[in-house]
Amino acid sequence: MSPIPMVPPAMEPVYQHPLALADVHTTYCPGCTHGIAHRLIAEAIDELGLRERAILVAPVGCAVFSYEYFNMDGCEAPHGRAPAMATGIKRCQPDQIVMTYQGDGDLASIGIGEAIHAASRAEPITIIFVNNAIYGMTGGQMAPTTLAGQKTTSSPAGRAIPIPGQPLHISELLAGLPGSAYVVRRSLHDAANIRKAKKAIVTALKVQMAGLGFSLVELLSSCPTNWGMTPPQALDWIKTNMLPIYPVGDYKIVEAAKQL
Amino acid sequence: MARQLMKGNVAIAEAALRAGLEAYFGYPITPQTELLEYLAQRMPELGRVFLQAESEIAAINMVYGAACAGARTMTSSSGPGMSLMQEGLSYIAGSDIPAVVVDVMRGGPGLGNIQPSQSDYFQVTRSAGHGDYHPIVLAPGSVQEAVDLTVLAFDLADHYRHLVILAADGLIGQMMEPCELPPMRPLPSSKPDYALTGAKDRPARRIASLYLKPEDGEAHNRKIQARLAQIRESEQRSVEHFTEDADFLVIGYGSAGRIAYSAVEAARAQGLRAGLFRPISLYPFPDIRLSQLLAQVEGCLVVEMNAGQMLEDVRLAAGHDLPVAFYGRMGGMVPTTEDVLSALKSAYSEFVAESAPVVGKVKG
Ligand SMILES: Cc1ncc(C[n+]2csc(CCOP(=O)(O)OP(=O)(O)O)c2C)c(N)n1
Ligand code: SF4
Repeated sequence: MSPIPMVPPAMEPVYQHPLALADVHTTYCPGCTHGIAHRLIAEAIDELGLRERAILVAPVGCAVFSYEYFNMDGCEAPHGRAPAMATGIKRCQPDQIVMTYQGDGDLASIGIGEAIHAASRAEPITIIFVNNAIYGMTGGQMAPTTLAGQKTTSSPAGRAIPIPGQPLHISELLAGLPGSAYVVRRSLHDAANIRKAKKAIVTALKVQMAGLGFSLVELLSSCPTNWGMTPPQALDWIKTNMLPIYPVGDYKIVEAAKQL
Repeated sequence: MARQLMKGNVAIAEAALRAGLEAYFGYPITPQTELLEYLAQRMPELGRVFLQAESEIAAINMVYGAACAGARTMTSSSGPGMSLMQEGLSYIAGSDIPAVVVDVMRGGPGLGNIQPSQSDYFQVTRSAGHGDYHPIVLAPGSVQEAVDLTVLAFDLADHYRHLVILAADGLIGQMMEPCELPPMRPLPSSKPDYALTGAKDRPARRIASLYLKPEDGEAHNRKIQARLAQIRESEQRSVEHFTEDADFLVIGYGSAGRIAYSAVEAARAQGLRAGLFRPISLYPFPDIRLSQLLAQVEGCLVVEMNAGQMLEDVRLAAGHDLPVAFYGRMGGMVPTTEDVLSALKSAYSEFVAESAPVVGKVKG
């Protein structure tokens, strides 16, 4: 048996706190995938060396404080208006990297007009769209993305399709617009999917850097608190219930973006 | 510089870009549209940002974004569009950043009509959005004044890092008058110290109107109120005519103030000692000077193109003892000089005990 070395051999760091992620406590619930999404964004920003050029527009929703959670410039938009604010910032500073981070109430409901028109103008901004099928911040009301039959505090008997209509598919919708350069859906329910989500965020930012047009990454996310589940149950719920309705996939990748 | 004949909306637009407007976002609505159309041509010529937004909601939030980026930025609208902008205006005010908004007022409520009006006085002066604040509000009475106040609007916005609204009525926006434009200012070579330009060689900057803890929220509100107190002290603006020996005061702003001027002039010709007070800043309301004048007269008449909105500010300045009469037209109707003169004469005979005859000529 070899003796235990007194001095540990030189070690490769396998984990580091991303520079673009601020060293602060967040307001997210334990087990919420907002935290994972933040980490992926910060890693992508670091890898591309964009921290000093990036401006984040936070939404109204659980991520309302996200401008505090990144170690980069940021601001906080009125509910749903982040793409309009991002447009104002980007038009004045075309060389900077401008992103919004929006929930499904923020983007798919109150702010769908701003999202559609930003995509339609081929606004070179990047939207990270967190779809957790519910309004998290206000305590679990129905979102446009709430699944058929899903119980929420404003659809206590489950979403009854004849009343609010079918769930809204944002990636499919925005992919149909000529201004969209990169629109994909990924999921945060397991490690393999998280890795793919990270890659998509990197590509979306590269699309913006190359000035190819509008980019959006939809992330299927969990809200254990308002779904009334443990974090593992919630991840499982994404897989069993959300994935069939919101398939992960590449909804629009323009030719030039495929070369990135 | 030579005077030139210009339509109010166009003159405001040209003055804005000469004052250093870097980014304009807007949505068409009469009687403001020429402003947007003119900038659609001029801003790209100068390599500056022009974008027709999908709505007034988007337009004001684009302005919010551009202001965060440190740009001199502006939008313009009228009644219904101003209503749609309320939330964005409040966020801008809550973030302590500068922006300029032009409201070319039309008849309301609802869709109303496209005729000139002053019916947004409450909306613009009382806060323009939710929460406890006031924008600075300037009301031009001629095309020349619209030009001058546009430049002032940008300077006040930058100086106080505060929202400024140019409240022009539809007559000012639509009429043509000779005016002298300001010289073209060079654009600033550096960005203001709050601008979100990317955290290069400095800590990250954040712009938000969110204060979760009530203690922080109150502290932020106190900061806004302290700034407003300073604005009330330093930025009251008004003009007056025939006030030296007046025993009766007519008060009106914008186009109504101009019509009132003609009525006061006619009243003078008939031997009445009437004077005119025309507020230029609607917020801060020029109550320091107005109170002095009201202490000197025996009664007053407020003239507005609405049902009596500034009237409330005048009553506050007048206190309990001074009688205040009102003449207003609504829904896009513009008062004639004769209308105002007859309201003036009847209030005058009611309020002024016995007037000493006008001696000599009092400067208008
Ligand atoms: C104009 C306006 N309407 C409503 C609200 C209240 N509100 C705050 S967050 C929210 C829903 C956010 O849900 P979502 O976008 O799905 O984000 P999540 O909280 O789930 O991350 C609502 C309705 C608001 N702040 N502003
Ligand atoms: S309420 Fe839901 S979405 Fe919001 S932080 Fe908690 S778990 Fe996440």
